[in-house]
Amino acid sequence: MTVPASSTKVRGETVLSVENLVKHFPISRGVVFQRQVGAVKAVDGVSFELRRGETLGIVGESGCGKSTLARLLMRLETPTSGSATLEGRDLFKASGSELRRLRRNMQMVLQDPYTSLNPRMTVGDIIGEPFEIHPEAAPKGSRQQRVQELLDVVGLNPEHINRYPHQFSGGQRQRIGIARALALKPEVLVCDEPVSALDVSIQAQVINLLEQLQDELGLSYVFIAHDLSVVRHIADRVAVMYLGRIVEIGTENEIYERATHPYTQALLSAVPVPDPELRDNRTMIRLVGDVPSPANPPSGCHFRTRCWKAQEVCAREDPPAVPRAADPHPSACHFAELRA
Amino acid sequence: MTHSAVHPTPASPTPEGGHLLEVRDLHVEFRTGEGVAKVINGVSYHLDAGETLAVLGESGSGKSVTAQAIMGILDTPPAVIRSGQILYQGRDLLTQPEEKRRQVRGKEIAMIFQDALSALNPTFPVGWQIGETLRQRAGMSRGDARRRAIELMDLVKIPAAQNRLGDYPHQFSGGMRQRVMIAMALAMNPKVLIADEPTTALDVTVQAQIMDLLADLRRDLDMAMILITHDLGVVAGVADRIAVMYAGRIVEHADVRPLYKAPAHPYTKGLLESIPRMDQRGQQLSTIKGLPPNLMRIPSGCPFHPRCPYAQQVCVDVVPHDLVLGDGRTSACHFAQEVHDDSAR
Repeated sequence: MTVPASSTKVRGETVLSVENLVKHFPISRGVVFQRQVGAVKAVDGVSFELRRGETLGIVGESGCGKSTLARLLMRLETPTSGSATLEGRDLFKASGSELRRLRRNMQMVLQDPYTSLNPRMTVGDIIGEPFEIHPEAAPKGSRQQRVQELLDVVGLNPEHINRYPHQFSGGQRQRIGIARALALKPEVLVCDEPVSALDVSIQAQVINLLEQLQDELGLSYVFIAHDLSVVRHIADRVAVMYLGRIVEIGTENEIYERATHPYTQALLSAVPVPDPELRDNRTMIRLVGDVPSPANPPSGCHFRTRCWKAQEVCAREDPPAVPRAADPHPSACHFAELRA
Repeated sequence: MTHSAVHPTPASPTPEGGHLLEVRDLHVEFRTGEGVAKVINGVSYHLDAGETLAVLGESGSGKSVTAQAIMGILDTPPAVIRSGQILYQGRDLLTQPEEKRRQVRGKEIAMIFQDALSALNPTFPVGWQIGETLRQRAGMSRGDARRRAIELMDLVKIPAAQNRLGDYPHQFSGGMRQRVMIAMALAMNPKVLIADEPTTALDVTVQAQIMDLLADLRRDLDMAMILITHDLGVVAGVADRIAVMYAGRIVEHADVRPLYKAPAHPYTKGLLESIPRMDQRGQQLSTIKGLPPNLMRIPSGCPFHPRCPYAQQVCVDVVPHDLVLGDGRTSACHFAQEVHDDSAR
C-alpha cells in the first residue's frame, strides 16, 4: 500500500454537500419548431451531506432518479438548478483547470463491468488512462508501477497488466473498474449499482474489497443500489428516494429499524428474506400499482397514489423532509410514524 | 373462469405411480469453436403435481439449460443432449418426434422468461399475442380468443383488461409486461409452469406482487411449478423443495426449511453465508473464495473442491455421489454429514 491515506484530513467533516439539486429533462414536440411540452423530473430537489470516511447509501426503485443524481455529481449532466460543493469548492461553477482538479477528487464505479471497460484496451491502459488526462498525478516513468500497485490493491495479479478485459470474470472486471476509479487518489467514490451485475458469491468479495479500501484510504462513498440488504451492510447513513426526491434520510439504524415514511416501510417489508422461518413472523406491506411517471408526478406528496395513509392534505401539500419529535430524522410524510 | 373444472383431481395420478415430471441423469454439452463446454453433467430431479421446486444456482450453473431441455427449445447445435431422459407422465420426451413434443409444449408444460420486454413481440397488441396461442392451438375463433384473452388478463390481475387489449408491450410497465407473459403461458391450462428468473428484472415492490401472483395462481389452478432463480430470498418465500446447482450438477437437494436451517453442502453453506442480510449487520461478509469453474475445464473429482474449505485429497480424486441424509435430503459431498453438523451448530 503506497497510496497515502488522507491522514491530514479529519474524519467526520463534510466532504460533499448537495443543496436542492434539480434536474429536469425537457420533453419536446415538433420537428422544425421544437417547443417544450413538459419535463421529466428525474431529480427534483435533493439535498444531503457526505462526511469524510462514511458511506451514504442511496436506495430506490428504477426511475427514482438515483442514477441521474450520480451523473449530476460527476458533472456528466448539467443541473437545472441547485448547488453542490466538494471540499468547499463549488462543483457546478468550476471550469477549466479548476474543474479538472475537482474531478480528480471524485470518481465513479459503474454498474456493468462488461460494458464499462473498453474491450480493445489492455488492463494497464484502462487503469492508466486517467494519468493521460491528469499527467500531474503520476510522472510518465512511474505509471506502469502505479498501475501494478493499483492492481495489487484491488486484489488482482499485477502481472496481468497486459491482459484484455475478456480474459477476466465479472467480479475481476469490477475490480478493474475500481482500480481505475482509485488511480487519481480521489476523496469520494460514487458507486452506481457496483455489485448488482455480479453473482452472489462474487458480490460478497467486491463488497468486502470496497469496505477494506474505505478503511485503508479514508474514502467516502456515495453508494447507489436497489438492493436494500447490500446497502444495510455497507452504509453508515441511508437516503431513500422516490420519484426524484429523498423521502427519508437517516443513519443505517434509523432507516432499517425506525423508519417513519410509509414508502420506506413498504420497501423494507418487500425485501425477500433468505430464511423461511423469519418470513413467517413478518407482515408484508403490499403496495398496489406501479411507480407513476416522473414526467407527470402526483401533486403534493409524490407517494400518495400508492400510500395507504393518504388523506386529502397529501394531494394538496408537499410534505417537507423534517425531523419530528418522536423520531429525530427527516422524513417527508404528513403522517410519519413508526410502523405499529 | 372455469379453471377449477379443468383439473378436477388435486394430485392427478401419473402412470406407473411415478412423478409428473422427471429429469433423469441428463447430460448436455455445447460444442463451440473453442471446445466442448459440459454444461449439464448428470442432473436428476422430479416434480409432483401441485408442488413448487426451486432450482437455484449462479450464472453458468446450468439451471436454465435444464429447463430449456425440458421445453425442447435448446438451440441444437451448439447444444447436444448426450444422454438422459425427461419423463413427462411417464413418457420420455427426448425420444418423441417434434410433433408430439409440440403437443406438450405450452399445453402441458409452459414457460415464462426473465425479460418480458424481449419475450413479447413489440409490433402486435398484447391481446392479440395472448390470443394467438388460443387461435393456433385450441382452434378458437377470433372472438372467442379475444374473450378468453380478457379472462386471462383478469386472472393475472391486469387492471381494466378490456381496455388494454389493444395496447402494445411498450405501453405496459415492467411488472404488467410480466403479467402479460404469465397470461400467455396460462392460455392452454398447463399442468407445469417453468418460471425462469421471473422477477430478476423487477423492482422489489413489484417483485413481491409477481411472486404473490405466481403463488396464488399455482394454488388456484393446481399447477406444479419449477422456479429457476439465483435469489435465495425469493426461494425462501415460495418453494417447497430446492435443488442447488453448481457446474451442471445438483449438489444439494432438500426441503426448503431444513436446507436454510442447516445446509449440508459446502457450496450452499457458502452461499447462505455470503449474502448480506437485512436483519443483521455484520462487519465482514464471508465469501466463497475463487471463481466458478470454466465449463470446458471442470476440475477433477468434486467440481467445487478448488473453492471448498472442507476439501481433502479424496475430493480431488473421487466424484462424490449423492449422500442421503434422511428426510429425502441429498448432498453430493464426501463430507456432507460433517458440513450439516457444522451448520446446525
